[in-house]
Amino acid sequence: MLEIRDLHARVEGKDILRGVSLTVKRGEVHAIMGPNGSGKSTLAKVLAGHPSYEVTGGEVLFDGKNLLELEPDERARDGIFLAFQYPVEIPGVSNAQFLRLAYNEKRKHLGEEELDPLEFKDLLKERAQIVEMDAALMSRSVNEGFSGGEKKRNEILQMAVLEPKLAVLDETDSGLDIDALRIVSEGVNKLRHADNAIVLVTHYQRLLNYIVPDYVHVLYKGRIVRSGGKELALALEEKGYDWIKDEAAEGQPSAVGA
Amino acid sequence: MVQATTEKSSYRTAFDAMQSADEHALPAWVLRLRETAMERFEHIGFPTTDVEDWKYTNTGAIAKGAFAPVAAGAGEELSAGDVGAFLAPEASSRLVFVNGIYRAEFSATENLPAGVVVADFAEAFAGEHESVLRSYLARPSDPETDGFNALNAAFLREGALVYLPKGAQATRPIQLLFLSAPAAQAAAVFPRVLVVAERESAATIIESYASAAGESRSFTNAVVEVFVGENARVMHYKVQRESEAAFHIATTNAKLERSGVYDLTTITLGAQLSRHGIGVRLAHEGAECWVDGLYLVGTGQHADTHSLIDHSSPRCASHQLYKGILDGKSRAVFNGKVFVHRDAQQTDAQQSNKNLLLSNEARVDTKPQLEIYADDVKCAHGATVGQLEEEELFYLVSRGLHTDLARNLLTYGFAEELVEKIRIESIKQQLDEAILNRLHARLEV
Repeated sequence: MLEIRDLHARVEGKDILRGVSLTVKRGEVHAIMGPNGSGKSTLAKVLAGHPSYEVTGGEVLFDGKNLLELEPDERARDGIFLAFQYPVEIPGVSNAQFLRLAYNEKRKHLGEEELDPLEFKDLLKERAQIVEMDAALMSRSVNEGFSGGEKKRNEILQMAVLEPKLAVLDETDSGLDIDALRIVSEGVNKLRHADNAIVLVTHYQRLLNYIVPDYVHVLYKGRIVRSGGKELALALEEKGYDWIKDEAAEGQPSAVGA
Repeated sequence: MVQATTEKSSYRTAFDAMQSADEHALPAWVLRLRETAMERFEHIGFPTTDVEDWKYTNTGAIAKGAFAPVAAGAGEELSAGDVGAFLAPEASSRLVFVNGIYRAEFSATENLPAGVVVADFAEAFAGEHESVLRSYLARPSDPETDGFNALNAAFLREGALVYLPKGAQATRPIQLLFLSAPAAQAAAVFPRVLVVAERESAATIIESYASAAGESRSFTNAVVEVFVGENARVMHYKVQRESEAAFHIATTNAKLERSGVYDLTTITLGAQLSRHGIGVRLAHEGAECWVDGLYLVGTGQHADTHSLIDHSSPRCASHQLYKGILDGKSRAVFNGKVFVHRDAQQTDAQQSNKNLLLSNEARVDTKPQLEIYADDVKCAHGATVGQLEEEELFYLVSRGLHTDLARNLLTYGFAEELVEKIRIESIKQQLDEAILNRLHARLEV
């Protein structure tokens, strides 16, 4: 589904990604871990097409299509979804309004009938249960005055409404207390199925107790330096990132497994 | 200046014809008031950009525009259907003027509560409320008055009187519609409105300006005065959507008595050049006003708002929020002064002007000002000029919204704070359409 080959990218003139390669297949959940500044969020933003990030090399194929040629909105309608680390507040635009427009843009793209406000309300009500989202938050402005947990739940609600093929969750666990983390994770698990794929970007192993990944990759200085199964995350939890840094400094090739 | 002089004399010609036609038809005080105003106009002329208050708004095109004051006859081919499109269905009574001339066949004044008067000036001059007009209109002329105000007074003839006696409650809105229609020569019209709300009365006024036919070129020069009595409440909407070839100059002055409430909302969508001068005087203790507005202009349009909120008594409150959306090569001016006199202790005054520039060619000059001479007050003011936030835009497009739709949605969000304040559904809808007309999706949820 997703094939990243030797991807290089920079932001504000600074090279951040220095040759990332990664293959994600349908039905898989991949976790991208790494110390701060390793390029995790950059990778997420580049996949979504953020205009501040410049791709300087490599390629990304999504269902065989050259993803990097597509505008961010085209990527989204084709089925890519980025759950933001810092969801943006949109004053004056209600959550329900925004979600319906986004949902209908996708329906149009697929050649399906648009839903009117009443039909959409039913759909929204059903999907909101996935993240136990309060109905009152639907008529409020997008993310405005939402708590940190509500914002993250709102991201997953959007994912539930838009049903992407590939969801990239950027530090979705950051700033969540244990209850919110459980709700968000359970929501993601409900949305996980054989036809979609999820890339979790996270600094901590904690999230992976709830959303169990098939693969774990460690990103360091803009490259994937290690890949393995979920046990790699546990090793990181136990030993921290220093041994990865030391290994990288010694120029050892990355091996699979902890 | 030769040009301006010629124009003055064409107004003089029309003026002399009007004076002799009305010589026996109108009370002598009206003729005298007009003569004084005409002399004043001839003395001061149209304001130029040398005058501080008109620095950013050049009215030369009006002075040179060869507009003719309309005596009668224009727009007679308009049908009730043509006019219907401009009526607010919420209003149960209305006065309709076409090129400044009252049209009884489009108007309705029979559904008013007892004692409430909604009358055109011709009827009012001839009837029992002539004294109301005289006491409010025939005041010594204000030396600060500019040329536009003077010219409006010189052509005082047609207008609307809304009179609410003590305790009268006009529960349904009253609409005053001023339509411009194509005329042989581009029309100059001088609407005049007088609202007198006596103590404990209440009313909602919708003052609308529109062009009946597409791109008609006209010059509207309106003066509206509102007197809000003790504990009276006046809600006032001014909606200007004249053609983009039109010139619209308007003055709204309100005076509030003890604990009177005045809530003005202005919507500016039309005209190539518009200027709205607002003066609200909180004359007695406990009065409160809202002076809010939205201007939405595109290429070739210039919208200017000048307001003065005058706190002359203690414990009054004023709230002002003006928002501007500028697209294409457009320009807006906001100049808002809040003046707090020495005796006006415990004043609460809030003023804010926020502008959204949708293009690099749009320009806004904003100047909120506080002038405070009392020491125990709560005052705040501010102005912002910004563009759509890139991060907000990216957030929306990352959910699959086309860029144009995302931009319109953010623009809508910017205006929402004002739109939601509007209590008249048809005005709200017009505004939604104006903001979203480039947007394919409907936004009701």
